[in-house]
Amino acid sequence: MKHLKATTFLIAAAFAGQALAQEAGGRLDIVVQPEPPGLMLGLVQNGPTQLVAGDIYEGLLRYTTDLEPEPGLAKSWDISEDGLTYTFHLNEGVKWHDGEPFTSADVVFSADVFLRETHARLRASLAYVDTITAPDDLTVVFKLKEPFGPFISVFEVGTMPMIPKHIYEGTDYATNEMNATPIGTGPFKFDKWEKGSFIHLVKNEDYYVDGLPHLDEVYYRVIPDAASRAVAFETGEVDVLPGGSVENWDVARLTEMDGVCSTGSGWEFFAPLAWMWLNNREGPTSDVRFRQAIMYAMDREFVRDVVWNGFGKIPTGPVASVTNFYSDGVTQYDYNPDKAKALLDEMGYDGETVRLLPLPYGETWQRWAEAVRQNLSEVGINVEIDSTDVAGWNEKTSQWDYDMAFTYLYQYGDPALGVSRNYTADRIQKGSPWNNVEGYENPELDAKWAAAAVMADPEARQDAYDEIQKEIVDDVPVAWLLELEFPTIYRCNVHDLVTTGIGLNDGIRNAWIEQ
Amino acid sequence: MIRRFASNKGAVIGVLILLIVIGLALSADLLFPRGPWAMVQRPFLVPFTMDGFPLGTDTLGRDVAAGLVHGARVSLLVGLVSTIVALAIGVPLGAVAGFYGGWADEGAMRFTEFFQTIPNFALAIVLVAILEPTLTSITSAIAIVSWPPVARLVRAEVMAVKRREYVDAARLAGLSNFRILTGEVLPNTVSPIIVMASLMVATAILLESSLSFLGLGDPNAMSWGYMIGAARTVIRSAWWLSFFPGVAILVTVLALNLIGEGLNDALNPHLSRKGTA
Repeated sequence: MKHLKATTFLIAAAFAGQALAQEAGGRLDIVVQPEPPGLMLGLVQNGPTQLVAGDIYEGLLRYTTDLEPEPGLAKSWDISEDGLTYTFHLNEGVKWHDGEPFTSADVVFSADVFLRETHARLRASLAYVDTITAPDDLTVVFKLKEPFGPFISVFEVGTMPMIPKHIYEGTDYATNEMNATPIGTGPFKFDKWEKGSFIHLVKNEDYYVDGLPHLDEVYYRVIPDAASRAVAFETGEVDVLPGGSVENWDVARLTEMDGVCSTGSGWEFFAPLAWMWLNNREGPTSDVRFRQAIMYAMDREFVRDVVWNGFGKIPTGPVASVTNFYSDGVTQYDYNPDKAKALLDEMGYDGETVRLLPLPYGETWQRWAEAVRQNLSEVGINVEIDSTDVAGWNEKTSQWDYDMAFTYLYQYGDPALGVSRNYTADRIQKGSPWNNVEGYENPELDAKWAAAAVMADPEARQDAYDEIQKEIVDDVPVAWLLELEFPTIYRCNVHDLVTTGIGLNDGIRNAWIEQ
Repeated sequence: MIRRFASNKGAVIGVLILLIVIGLALSADLLFPRGPWAMVQRPFLVPFTMDGFPLGTDTLGRDVAAGLVHGARVSLLVGLVSTIVALAIGVPLGAVAGFYGGWADEGAMRFTEFFQTIPNFALAIVLVAILEPTLTSITSAIAIVSWPPVARLVRAEVMAVKRREYVDAARLAGLSNFRILTGEVLPNTVSPIIVMASLMVATAILLESSLSFLGLGDPNAMSWGYMIGAARTVIRSAWWLSFFPGVAILVTVLALNLIGEGLNDALNPHLSRKGTA
């Protein structure tokens, strides 16, 4: 442990200081919604898979709720002055769940071979990587072609999970039969998956951190209906409701029960930001004054307080306040219907109907769309809500067949990883609902986004992103709605459940139950 | 006939209720000029606790009373229009089948049976889902699933009537088949059709509510079914959001059924249970 950075020691000390006497043992029941399509984290990375597989697999680093890296499978790391060489020193004595030792060869295989092929989001970052080498069994060196500021943020378990080389090397990854019984290095081992009912994980007795994990077993329970999930929590059948597993209207009722705690923390790394795509290509939404009018017309605080029960923050622009390089030195769009009307008069809006496509994720999002429609109609904008299902929403947004469309996307801790993709012209491509769907084109800003991504000096990056945010907020390429917080609801006798920036996804390692 | 109808207390009550509902629907814009979607008070306002909001407010602070009154328009409109459309399909088809017989009858009835073999509600759901939910598509879907019984009823009536002496007389007088059908036969089948139509309006209102409840309503039109569907997730903390629209549906459908029964008694004295004729 002598390689640990001073900051990490301080964090560890702080945790140790405030923690009660931790008790070992016990079983935790957690809702997983919807049922994951698979648990092999290198192949599937959707939300429910990350939630469950985050206990089985591990990444080189973990991230605090302030997005500071802390040790994971790597106990320490060095970054060269020029920002080109990242050296990781691995923990000793780490074993895969089948008993094989975990070494630097597994890291090289995971990052350079397996994930390069299967993980689209990581592949974009790996494009900056020149070589990945293993000088010895416990050291891995990433050499970059040019400095890539956000590179230190790609080692989280969902982004770069460690894959066992001895199982996957030379096989067809997608059809490897071991996908059904995943082998990782994590604090819990896969035991059993009863489809449609539960996934059972048991304690990894050989875990490399002494005394962890505290729990004996974890059940991830599949309960298809939101109301039934709420009831299951009330009756004590489950102990933890991860964010988004019950309708928002139930959150208030459940958190008021005795012995129930909740936290909005644990989403800092993802920083889900909700906005409306505004079609910049045609119709009234192609006029910047119309887009600004939308921002002034919406009572975003009302929605936060009523539809989201007070959870979340009002965003100032494209970068969420918890994401690195956030800046609030931008034009503020407060609720101001008069200003909206003035802007509409100025542009000569003729009452043309604009279509609004809600996100088909349940009642919360439907009510939200209704509130926005009402806000807009009160300043004189004619809005018609399109009804849709998930497939229809995907189709309409990826084919640009919309005027305004709800969405939310993750930011992954850094603007270059999860923000610029929605605003630069090179990401305008039909067929994906995750890129620059609004069709915003600004060559000057494109150059600034590109430059900011490869700056080695964090302060220079901050300046660059300050400037970008200031300019883009005046253009309103999309209508930023809310920094989402999905409250995790749990029984108060469960402690240390959310300790990192990805929350429950790797939280069960530290969790313990007060008997 | 009107006297016979008026002697039926239930029918009179039904007419009164329906008139009130129609009156409210027509005056919706006067009573609630800001529309049913306006967020006018704090959310989840309990009924009878604040002046001006007797029925409370919903999840977004919208006035439940405004929703009910504006929703009445959608329910009545969909009920009425879809019934008219269903009659426009069912009556001619049934009349032709019953009057001409032969292959026309065979063809028309097999076509009707094709629709009758598919459960009404399932077919309506599929149609609305394919067409995307709008008031037009919902009304059409309801009309399309409701016309087969009309066709069968009209066919049976026409077959009975066309053997009467006065039809033979008309034929001897040299009237064309079309003139006989429209001038002599159909007018004498009107009474059961009227009775059926009044009940169909009630069924259509229920169908529309069920579709909206399932989230297949027109998202831009406030309707009773939508109100109940949206209230489902908060039913344990806000009972009034589903209770009042539920009562509205119940009362309106009940009124239409009472009227239908009254009409039946008045128009078909032979079938009357009271035997007052």
